[in-house]
Amino acid sequence: MDNFETIEVNTDLLIVGGGMAACGAAVEASYWAKKNGLKVTLVDKAAMERSGAVAMGLSAINTYIGIKDGANTPEDFVRYVRNDQMGTVREDLVYDVARHVDSTVHLFEKWGLPIWKDEKGNYVHEGRWQLMINGESYKVIVAEAAKNALGMDNIYERVFIVNLLTDEKNPNKIAGAVGFSVRENKFYVFKAKAVIVAAGGAVHIFRPRSTGEGLGRAWYPPWNSGSSYATMLQVGAEMTQMESRFIPTRFKDGYGPVGAWFLLFKSRATNAFGEDYLQTQAEEIKKWEPYASAKPVPTPLRNHQMIKELVEGRGPVYMRTEEAIKKLAESTPGTDKDKKKKLKELEAEAWEDFLDMTITQAGLWAAQNIAPEEKPSEIMASEPYFIGSHASCAGAWVSGPADIAPKEYNWGYNRMTTVEGLFTAGDGVGASAHKFSSGSCTEGRIAGKAAIAYIKDHPEAPNVNPKKIEELKEKTYKPLKIFEQYKNVSSDPNINPNYIRPKMFLFRLNKIMDEYVGGTSMWYTTNKPMLERGLELLTFLKEDAEKLGAENLHELMRAWENYHRLWTAEVHLRHVMFREETRYPGYLYRSDFPKIDEANWKVFVNSRWDPQTGTWQMSKKPVIKIVD
Amino acid sequence: MPSYVITEKCDGCKALQRTACQYICPNDLMVLDKEKMKAYNREPEMCWECYSCVKICPQQAIDVRSYADFVPLGASVTPMRGSQDIMWTVKFRNGTIKRFKFPIRTTAEGEVKPYADYKTGTEDLKSPLLATEPDSLGLKELCVPKK
Repeated sequence: MDNFETIEVNTDLLIVGGGMAACGAAVEASYWAKKNGLKVTLVDKAAMERSGAVAMGLSAINTYIGIKDGANTPEDFVRYVRNDQMGTVREDLVYDVARHVDSTVHLFEKWGLPIWKDEKGNYVHEGRWQLMINGESYKVIVAEAAKNALGMDNIYERVFIVNLLTDEKNPNKIAGAVGFSVRENKFYVFKAKAVIVAAGGAVHIFRPRSTGEGLGRAWYPPWNSGSSYATMLQVGAEMTQMESRFIPTRFKDGYGPVGAWFLLFKSRATNAFGEDYLQTQAEEIKKWEPYASAKPVPTPLRNHQMIKELVEGRGPVYMRTEEAIKKLAESTPGTDKDKKKKLKELEAEAWEDFLDMTITQAGLWAAQNIAPEEKPSEIMASEPYFIGSHASCAGAWVSGPADIAPKEYNWGYNRMTTVEGLFTAGDGVGASAHKFSSGSCTEGRIAGKAAIAYIKDHPEAPNVNPKKIEELKEKTYKPLKIFEQYKNVSSDPNINPNYIRPKMFLFRLNKIMDEYVGGTSMWYTTNKPMLERGLELLTFLKEDAEKLGAENLHELMRAWENYHRLWTAEVHLRHVMFREETRYPGYLYRSDFPKIDEANWKVFVNSRWDPQTGTWQMSKKPVIKIVD
Repeated sequence: MPSYVITEKCDGCKALQRTACQYICPNDLMVLDKEKMKAYNREPEMCWECYSCVKICPQQAIDVRSYADFVPLGASVTPMRGSQDIMWTVKFRNGTIKRFKFPIRTTAEGEVKPYADYKTGTEDLKSPLLATEPDSLGLKELCVPKK
């Protein structure tokens, strides 16, 4: 096997990831680090210019409160998010994002992001909280701000972090991270006093609906492999709401966004008989009161209404784009010429919505000869995803803001996990939904400042045992060694009894999760015996992870990504098994506990894997309101 | 697709410091075959069709053939990205062609100022105010929940 050089980087704060949250952390932490003579380093497995979930761009900013204009208050936002998540959010965290997020959006505009304005110069809202943007270069612009704040010398691209390091003298204190270059034979050891993990959510835990070439056309990007959850879990960080998967309803197969259609264009979605299922299924969701009565109806409940249509044989479900565009054009005041002009504008807006963020969907419309002003388009509920920033809230259990968090939620440093010096943001923070791109960047900023405050209070250098580093280095490259050792045993290296390649490992994980833990083939339904059987099969897979084989550095990255996915899968399964109710229909159904149980389960479900004993502990944590 | 490389147009970025597509791909898919001096997508089923490689290619040698497992053949979506805007050409299976042009940024590349010109409200590390606040909020102070 080749020689792998070990590169040691000593820093004060290490940011793992390069997406919206990581960029926010970089900008904010750099400011405070400079004032205090500290060093900030960022490590990204891709190129920051186009990494993370916003790599392709976005057509809207989904979180803007409009406080200065008196449009909404942070309290309004908390009430909205709380209801959308069926009562289970950390209000201190949601409030904290809300009170800062406008400032991030104003920065985006100064950085050069084109935000739509009306004739009076005000932002154009897509919905109550959403702003329309020309967002093709959204990530390029935000990454540029982060790079300019950090300086290129402090950025390591194409280095994939596989494990976090804890302090030799205090196993519950962070000491850095290790990873490898996916391009060169270099092993990286980052020693740091604090670490912010902002490595995104998780895709391809469950079998996706498209399994051929379209495997990559996941709604969330395929490179988000659960690294945030897995790396934090493995050093003993407590997690919360990992049962909270997200099932986005999107344009079928291309997974193009529906927000502009529902909110901006006021489109209806109808079943095979032309019925609006939100009306025909209005009675059905009353089983989930008091949440069903609030406006807007929570995302899981709207999903439930559509899924019921499909399961009961009233599909396909169509977004009535033709009807919506016609209505909007006709209601435009003025002459026929004005109406025609409006129709043209609406058409361009509809296409930009896809071209800015889901180009595949534009290609799919073109390939199926769909002009939205003439023909409706099919929508569908996708496979489950894990994401702490959207209409779901999987992630780590973190300390809240000292000035507003109840004492149960506050242990000193904002967004610090239960491991000392380990912070997270964006998709990594649990129980705090609806941050989206702007809120994730905001949360990165919050964590960035708090991490520097922590370092000032804890200036001691991290203690890392060199033996531990050697062990981790060996473990990191083991799949390459296994492949090299056995590849000639069979005439085709793909079929070999001595190892499993990352792709087949992924397919095995996807199949177990889909069939036993409530994936699309089971219409999101599971029960205790199914979960127990799923865990049994997952345990075999965990054992076989020791036999992952990789031919080159790219495949080694896939091996480690899939190992992170495995951990994400296991913690999800354990959470689903623990929560004995169906609180989030449309996302997940426990057939053995089909109802919501407010008396026993209006709580957060938390989990911790103990690195000393290798055992899991599950617990309930109280939901405390800070807004009426 | 999966993005694919047009053999005739790709020159392996030989005149440049790095292969553009290999530099940018968020999923580490694009790789240069050094013998042929042609790039290729090594794992098309892991491609998100984010078009980052298509947009960055100096030779316009990269195109996308939509996922064959659910997209009918014959359509195309082609970008031309400039410094201020992007032009899209959408060709339908039935031959219809639509063109769209959208702005992409309002500042010159490389000139982003991370803190804009916002004032810092406090140098206190323990204050919940972020570096540019409250100025960047357009408010006098940070909100706290109303009791």
